[in-house]
Amino acid sequence: MMTTFRNALIAAAAGAIAVTGFVAPAQAQRDPAYAAARANGTVGEQTDGYLGIVGTATPELQRMVNDINIRRRAVYAQKAQENNATLEQYAATAGCQAIARTEPGEKYQAPDGTWKTRTAAPPERLGNCP
Amino acid sequence: MTEPKLTVSGAAATLDYEIGRGREMKRNFARAGLAIAGAMALSGCINVSAPDEPIVIELNVNIRAEVLYRLAEDANNTIDENADIF
Repeated sequence: MMTTFRNALIAAAAGAIAVTGFVAPAQAQRDPAYAAARANGTVGEQTDGYLGIVGTATPELQRMVNDINIRRRAVYAQKAQENNATLEQYAATAGCQAIARTEPGEKYQAPDGTWKTRTAAPPERLGNCP
Repeated sequence: MTEPKLTVSGAAATLDYEIGRGREMKRNFARAGLAIAGAMALSGCINVSAPDEPIVIELNVNIRAEVLYRLAEDANNTIDENADIF
C-alpha cells in the first residue's frame, strides 16, 4: 500500500514539473505599451540593434524606449563576452535579426538611415546581414 | 655719360632706423604674446557643467559579414529568450 502511494506521489510530482516547463516561455512577453507603440509605428528597430523613436518623442515614450535599450545593452554586453565579440558586433547582429523579424506595419531603419514600414516583402537590410 | 646710380640702395638708410624700431616692436610683441599666451592658458579651463544638448555619438561602424554570420544564431536565440524587450 505504501509503495503504491509513493509511486503515485512521484508521478504527480513529475506531472507538475512537466506542466511548469511549458508555462515558463509565455511569461517573457512585451509590455502592452511597447506592443502598442510597435503596432502603430511610433517606435522602430534600428540597424544598430536598439529601439528608436519614429517622429516626435514624448517624455513617456522616451522613458520607455530608454528602459528597453538599457536592458538590451545589458543583454548584448553579456552575450558578446560569451561569444568573444565586441558589444557593437553583437548589437549589430541582433539588429539584423530584429529587423528581419519585424511584422508588417512595424517600422524599421533602412541601411540609408531612413524609417521604412515593413510590408510582407523582406525588409531592406545592410548588405552584409546574413 | 653714365647714369647716376646709387652705390648704396635707399633701403639701407631706412634699415637702421627699422632695426632700431624693430627691437622695440619685437619686445612689445613678445610682451603681448606672453599676455595672450597667459590668457589662453587661463581660458583652457575644464568645463565641469554638463552640456545642454544630449551627447550624440554616431557610430557608423561597418561590421564584417563573417562576424554577423557567426553570431546570427546566438542573436536569434537571445531575441527568443528576451522576447519582452525585442
